[in-house]
Amino acid sequence: MLYREAGDFKTSYVADSQTFPIAFDRYRYWVVLAVAFLVVPFFITDYTANALLLPFLIYSIAAIGLNILTGYAGQVSLGTGGFMAVGAYACYKLMTAFPDVNILIHVILAGGITAAVGTAFGLPSLRIKGFYLAVATLAAQFFLVWLFNKVSWFYNYSASGQINAPERTVLGVAVTGPNTPAWASYLVCLVFVTACALIARNLTRGALGRQWMAIRDMDIAAEIIGVNPLKAKLTAFAVSSFFVGISGALFFAVYLGAVEVGEAFGINKSFLVLFMIIIGGLGSIFGAFAGAAFLVCLPVVLKLIGVDLLGWPTDLVAHFQLVIVGLLIMFFLVKEPHGLAQLWRLAKEKLRLWPFPH
Amino acid sequence: MKDMTESYVTEDGRTIGDVMLDLRNITLRFGGVEAIKDISFDIREGEIRAIIGPNGAGKSSMLNVISGFYIPQEGEVWFHGRKRPQMKPYQVARQGIARTFQNIALFEGMTVLDNIMTGRLNYTKSGMLAQAIWKGKAEREETENREKVERVIDFLEIQAIRKTPVGRLPYGLKKRVELARALAADPKLLLLDEPMAGMNVEEKEDMSRFILDVNDEFGTTIALIEHDMGVVMDLSDRVVVMDYGKKIGDGTPDDVRNNQAVIDAYLGVAHDD
Repeated sequence: MLYREAGDFKTSYVADSQTFPIAFDRYRYWVVLAVAFLVVPFFITDYTANALLLPFLIYSIAAIGLNILTGYAGQVSLGTGGFMAVGAYACYKLMTAFPDVNILIHVILAGGITAAVGTAFGLPSLRIKGFYLAVATLAAQFFLVWLFNKVSWFYNYSASGQINAPERTVLGVAVTGPNTPAWASYLVCLVFVTACALIARNLTRGALGRQWMAIRDMDIAAEIIGVNPLKAKLTAFAVSSFFVGISGALFFAVYLGAVEVGEAFGINKSFLVLFMIIIGGLGSIFGAFAGAAFLVCLPVVLKLIGVDLLGWPTDLVAHFQLVIVGLLIMFFLVKEPHGLAQLWRLAKEKLRLWPFPH
Repeated sequence: MKDMTESYVTEDGRTIGDVMLDLRNITLRFGGVEAIKDISFDIREGEIRAIIGPNGAGKSSMLNVISGFYIPQEGEVWFHGRKRPQMKPYQVARQGIARTFQNIALFEGMTVLDNIMTGRLNYTKSGMLAQAIWKGKAEREETENREKVERVIDFLEIQAIRKTPVGRLPYGLKKRVELARALAADPKLLLLDEPMAGMNVEEKEDMSRFILDVNDEFGTTIALIEHDMGVVMDLSDRVVVMDYGKKIGDGTPDDVRNNQAVIDAYLGVAHDD
């Protein structure tokens, strides 16, 4: 009863294949967007931005990217951290080499460069599958981190080995550097998240997405209906890396401001994003958001309850967090491999009839 | 059969045209095992061609040769009067050859509609950028493909399940969805690998009707492997019989039924009753 689709008829195929076929969903989507763009910027504080909103938005982009590769195209990747590093360092080199060009363009270009790198590392996927591909992408992760540590050209020969985002402005407002207001960095990330989610949704509901899913579900049958596996897998790597690169660029330039590659983009980051899509839901754009929100909020909520409310020591709470994440991963892999997104779908199906049993 | 080079009209009024697919002296080996030994036969435009034989006779291997999964060590495949170079399966598909599998090969994670829409992938020309913004050519193509797919859905009477995930469907319907996916590609030649395996009588009747209708209404040439002799004899215009990788019979159902080699190898059991 809370959730209605009765009387919501479609008279064209365009209307039937839209992103939110149910009117109720569509209105809710516009309300969420309106609140995010028009209300939140007025109430945002440095704490909420840095602890919750910015990491949520940036990890959402990374999770969308990985979900395209792993959830839609079925190619397991453990190289997300490395590809985020490619985005970050590409953005840094572009920012310092072309200071006059708008930062937003740099971020998009960084995504493009990451797409090229990701495609190159995707080449082994034509020969190897599953576990073995995961190990190959793991090699990419370690190689890329080593590369950005070793070759000082990437960090402009700075003594610390770090990269620091210089101040850049959009429409006269600083969006990178120490003087950035919280609402500005929030809005930049929000714009990218919205655009990325829209593009990802359009690609996955269309012909390209069907190619990816066909390869994921049964590659032999996909080939027999005319899917070129080489092209399908490489486009998945390219699109996925594009999004991951954008998230890496934003993570460095807008969120952290200063980055040391092993610390910010290590193997932990790869696993974090992988956990996000497992908990959120493989093969679902909403799942990427749900997983990112969950894993970003979890430490904050645990700290609120454990440290502030119950007075436990901080390190105990931090360890608890690892335990909880581990348990949750096991729970979702066993009980609900399609994650929070599937739980949400089931809840909606139940709500269609609620409070009646049939 | 060599004298039948002219096109002719069957008893039920269908026109059988020129040779569409010509297999010449195909030999396929897996290591020391010869799965197919020097087999030649052709498939003519508009006909229903059955390939029969006991288990392990090499029937499925033959289909896999036609659809490009196996590359024969010897022999040539001629398609539409031209010798076909070595091709990958997806290139064969683009030439207009679609098929179904003995064990259903559907995309379990996708809905029935999406599964059938994959059959239209070859007809999608819009680029990645157009698809990303879902405007112009991409949206137009999507709608055109959807219209075509809906015609197939109507034809096979599966309207009610179009939004159902394939994993939830019963066996018989899965077989039908797989046929729908192959049909959505508008194939010139349709290969069916045991389309009626594991079905009950009613489902077999439905499937037979669909096969005849596909052939009749769309003019699709069909090659099928089937074990149900009643179905094969009723449906097909010509039958190839294989045993241990060799061709032991080729001709109309009546020819084959009276061929002593075939009776000995295969139909002998059926003739006893």
